[in-house]
Amino acid sequence: MAERKVTVAAEVGLHARPAATFVQTAVKAPMDITVSKGVSGQPVNGKSILQILGLDVRQGEDIVIKAEGEGADEVLDALAAIAGTP
Amino acid sequence: MNLRGAGVSPGIGTGPAYVLTGAVPEPPAGSTYEGPPEPERERAVAALGQVAGELEARGNRAGGEAKEILKAQALIAEDPGLVVGVKALIDEGIAAPRAVYQAFAKYRDMLVSAGGYLGERVADLDDIRDRVIARLTGHPLPAPPPVPGAGEPYVLIAVDLAPADTALLSKDAVAAFVTEAGGPTSHTAILSRAMGVPAVVACPGATEIPAGTRVLVDGNTGEVRLEPTESDIARHVSAHDARRRRMTTGGPGRTLDDFRVQLLANIGGPDDLDEALAAGAEGVGLYRTEFLFLGRTEAPSVAEQEAAYRAALAAFPGGKVVVRTLDAGADKPLAFLPSAAPEPNPALGERGLRLFERYPEVMAAQLEALSVAAAVNRSGAVRVSAAAAELQVMAPMVATAKEAHWFADACHARGLPQAGVMIEIPAAALRAESLVTVVDFVSIGTNDLAQYAFAADRHSAALGSLQDPWQPALLDLVAMTATAASDNGKPCGVCGESAADPAMACVLVGLGVSTLSMGAAALPAVRTGLGAHTLDQCQLAAQAARGAATAAHARAAARSHLPGLVELGL
Repeated sequence: MAERKVTVAAEVGLHARPAATFVQTAVKAPMDITVSKGVSGQPVNGKSILQILGLDVRQGEDIVIKAEGEGADEVLDALAAIAGTP
Repeated sequence: MNLRGAGVSPGIGTGPAYVLTGAVPEPPAGSTYEGPPEPERERAVAALGQVAGELEARGNRAGGEAKEILKAQALIAEDPGLVVGVKALIDEGIAAPRAVYQAFAKYRDMLVSAGGYLGERVADLDDIRDRVIARLTGHPLPAPPPVPGAGEPYVLIAVDLAPADTALLSKDAVAAFVTEAGGPTSHTAILSRAMGVPAVVACPGATEIPAGTRVLVDGNTGEVRLEPTESDIARHVSAHDARRRRMTTGGPGRTLDDFRVQLLANIGGPDDLDEALAAGAEGVGLYRTEFLFLGRTEAPSVAEQEAAYRAALAAFPGGKVVVRTLDAGADKPLAFLPSAAPEPNPALGERGLRLFERYPEVMAAQLEALSVAAAVNRSGAVRVSAAAAELQVMAPMVATAKEAHWFADACHARGLPQAGVMIEIPAAALRAESLVTVVDFVSIGTNDLAQYAFAADRHSAALGSLQDPWQPALLDLVAMTATAASDNGKPCGVCGESAADPAMACVLVGLGVSTLSMGAAALPAVRTGLGAHTLDQCQLAAQAARGAATAAHARAAARSHLPGLVELGL
């Protein structure tokens, strides 16, 4: 299982446009993707905009993104870049 | 009869009321279907997919901001968690429309209980749900007419408006929007501003306005007047025109009696410069440099930093640019700058300048980049015979005079003559006298100063009242700092949220603050509010605010000395 820890940089947090861009990228990946707030948070489905919004991640907060399987690293890099974009 | 809500899109609109009603009814609880579950599941999934497609298509036709918003709405309609929920409910024997209703309810409850920004998304969720249910039950969806009815644009009134409704409307059809629900960040507010149509939200009783009644909507003051007279209309229009004339006036910040107060913009990177320039900023009062560092595995190079800093200097020839050195650590940790130990209380941990004491090479590189940026910009300015922008550098999270001295020495040694510190820790405000004497300027960060003074996490919604910039104790700390600065002939700025409130901006000037920095969008209103009052009035307002016992009283007392704000609708 590969994972990335990233600090959400957008002023609106992981909401609105950043959340939509994140999910649009996640749904294209063949494998399951989970997102949790902080290292100890409950993981949610990274392809679900409603669950991502429900995490209520604010600017400066950390998320941990996990995926498994072939191409997982590329997918995680792309998602981490979106979450880390101001 | 007149109503009042919150004006969220400026301007005056008049026209006949068009009240949008006829919401899709809730499918009855306990409704079931005939036959096997498979076709019922397919029916539900198809309806969700069709609504997603329709929302996306509307967005593509509308373009711009509406396109982005509707694309996100489409994602919700096809949310995998939602689809799984609907299918599971159908498998339990619940009919598709009711299953959709219940599956949405789970997320709706989550948004409602979160409140704030998420709470304002409830209307969007309801609209998607109703569209799906309408497809399943054949119920007609209410929709505002895309062309004006009786040859003139109408005032669209609803409990709340969904972006799917408003996206395809234009100024030709709609004179104004009024909704009972919604807030300043609701989609009605965002899209109405983008369309340039006046809007009032959070206006109770609006949907009881009889259809066809002539309505005047003042998007500045939030007033909604029924059957306005010609003189009512003329009065609102001229107040708006006066406001707009003064708002759009650029030029330097000054009080009515010509006391100069530099009005600067807070920026997070070169991308924000255009907006700052358009809003008439005289420079940058807070350049947050974290954007260069966040999400990186190693520190950005001196050359990369230099280019980003020089862009801001080049944008304000003859102006001023205040750069805040990296404010990372604790809640904004960087992989290449780990703190010494895990921090259970990150806001009180190794952040800001404290982290530089552990990683002096990162500070050295940042100061080097700033120094080069200033030098290159100066030589560029000489070539075109323009005045170069003045670069000032300040450190965040400074608690003592010793730290301030250390930072100022490091800047001066790098050829950066203007070195300052943020005042955001109460200890620094209490001993402002000893800090200002070792630096060239100070800048008060009111958000963190409030967080630390009131021991109230700035991210805690429940403690919001302690984060109120009108808290008299916070005003005392600002006054202490500003007085110490002016006694020693050093400039004192404010670069927190509070500078963005026109009334508070006047109070800050009255307390002795010499520059104000804020999000660019707030500059026109602050410039206008300040220009309507004398320094004497600002000082009286400041005195009155500090004399009050509560934040609410402080605000009211200050405003009573600032009569121009009401006239300007600020």
